[in-house]
Amino acid sequence: MATLLEVDNLQTQFLTSAGIVKAVDGISYDVEEGETVAIVGESGCGKSVSALSIMRLIPWPPGRIIGGAVRFEGRDLVTLSDADMRKVRGRRIGMVFQEPMTSLNPVLTIGLQLTETVRHHLGLTQEEADKRAVDLLGMVGISDPARRLKQYPHHLSGGMRQRVMIALALSCEPKLIIADEPTTALDVTIQAQILELMKGLTRRLGVALIVITHNLGVVARYADRVNVMYAGKIIERGRARDIYHRPSHPYTLALLKSVPRMDQPRRDKLDPVEGQPPDLTRLDDGCAFRPRCGYRVERCEREFPPLNAVAAGHVAACFETARVTRMEKEKVVS
Amino acid sequence: MSAVPAMAFAAPHAGDILLSVRGLKMHFPVYEGALFRRIIGYVKAVDGIDFDIRRGETLGLVGESGCGKTTTGRCILQLERPSAGQILFNGENLAEFDRDQLRAMRRRIQVIFQDPYSSLNPRMTVGDIIGEPMKVHRTEPDSAKRERRVRELLHTVGLNPRFADRYPHEMSGGQRQRVGIARALSLQPDFIVCDEAISALDVSIQAQIINLLEDLRDQFNLTYLFIAHDLSVVRHLCHRVAVMYLGKVVELAECDELFDNPMHPYTRALLNAVPIPDPEVEANRPHQVIQGEVPSPINPPSGCVFHPRCTLAVDGCKASTPRLRELRPGHWVACTEV
Repeated sequence: MATLLEVDNLQTQFLTSAGIVKAVDGISYDVEEGETVAIVGESGCGKSVSALSIMRLIPWPPGRIIGGAVRFEGRDLVTLSDADMRKVRGRRIGMVFQEPMTSLNPVLTIGLQLTETVRHHLGLTQEEADKRAVDLLGMVGISDPARRLKQYPHHLSGGMRQRVMIALALSCEPKLIIADEPTTALDVTIQAQILELMKGLTRRLGVALIVITHNLGVVARYADRVNVMYAGKIIERGRARDIYHRPSHPYTLALLKSVPRMDQPRRDKLDPVEGQPPDLTRLDDGCAFRPRCGYRVERCEREFPPLNAVAAGHVAACFETARVTRMEKEKVVS
Repeated sequence: MSAVPAMAFAAPHAGDILLSVRGLKMHFPVYEGALFRRIIGYVKAVDGIDFDIRRGETLGLVGESGCGKTTTGRCILQLERPSAGQILFNGENLAEFDRDQLRAMRRRIQVIFQDPYSSLNPRMTVGDIIGEPMKVHRTEPDSAKRERRVRELLHTVGLNPRFADRYPHEMSGGQRQRVGIARALSLQPDFIVCDEAISALDVSIQAQIINLLEDLRDQFNLTYLFIAHDLSVVRHLCHRVAVMYLGKVVELAECDELFDNPMHPYTRALLNAVPIPDPEVEANRPHQVIQGEVPSPINPPSGCVFHPRCTLAVDGCKASTPRLRELRPGHWVACTEV
């Protein structure tokens, strides 16, 4: 498979009254054609900002991409002119946001929002655009699409709105869709519907997908590869199976152990990740996870560990990966 | 009393019954018109539910948005006046209480809210927030003693007693939720309604708060109504679970029984929809996605409210509303086709 998107040492910062927030602090990853890549992390880890940075949707002030490159179809999106970027956004890269209520315009009909995009990007006539909009709505499983075109977002349920968002993202046949917490606002049965739909459509149409989420179950069900973020950095990356079965960063390990699982016997007590999430204005040169880490050594105070290979295609940013994986093995044996 | 026999919906092993809900209905009127407002219908948020909770027990109330689980909690807290039915606390009907009795009752039933950001007053210090119930209910009128008690409570919920002088904005979401828990504990209640108490928290913080709720339950012999949509958390924390759909309880059973042997088609679909954090398990698991969406509670479907989405539905399901039947000991299911 060819590489479709390459994020290279991307850095995005925000100027706040409390100081500079390094929301995305030098992350690198790639996405292959047709692949589903997950970015996992908790609030404030920089996962959404990294997606908005790819789309160049960071508002200045207060935010700004201060370094790095985003290579997509042979071009660096970071240095692209605004006019050229507008031809990529929505055309070559589609986006699905978390809040289907706030990401559709409440005073415009569904039809207008769908046809506007295809008329602008693909130069279709209104008639052609209407036909395409009907096809798109049918494709995402909305019944009676011709009637829906005349409706407004408030006529639709949350799940329906998210289907419209997916139709919008797919409308210009993009190569990549970035979905930022696409199902977080939805109920669990609707979440399953939407994820199943996205997975089916992206596979069928050969579209690559970046899913940004905090839900470890969603990742396990849908992602080929996973990037785990903590405090603005990617701290572990690998194939989904490796991340879940051989977690090599203490944070990934702790996170996986902290969630109750429906397929395993009930435990007496959960193993929480102790401590609080980091304050991004007060990060130093050391590892941001070390105050909560059971494996920390003196070196973690001074330098941030680079992403080291633990297996083929599996990297972790920890000096103690060997100890983390060994301890895990011993626990499994005992 | 309703037709349901007393103690029918309680766990056999736990203590005496602390709270009984019988035939509870909460119908909110829907108005039309500005000048001549008239009622054009009702949102049947809760439409005739029964359950019991024994002392020391945690009952999970699960379901999707709009199923009525939060409204049920609010009715128990007497934040809503139910349209029909009874809520018996220690055998006494809360609906018949006068002001003073209700006030006394509120000492014994407390609540932990979902959002630790909007449920704490940003202009009050943490100490004042936790101390206020003791002031209002005059359980600790002496301010020095109250301060000491606030510090004790902070310690109980795992916060540094120095936090008493801080404001909510200086704290993280997890710490704020601990403050909300300390406030709920301040009057030494018997019963706490936890309304999505951990849903707004980060994954790494959720386990901390779950463990805290468990420790407190054991330490103070608390009884919880645990309202949540996260089924894996409910399974971990609860003794029994009631599944709600469109204002009705469709299944009620001991926790392990419900998760190992779900019988109602809706419960099965719900459990199947929850992704398990393990790619290998997920790859080998059949995914039967339930079709359609939850219908409007203003015009709920006739008969069994789940029938339009149900794979087992037969013609009879449209006509009559299934009652909860005890299909296995302590396992109640509102479906005629299982």
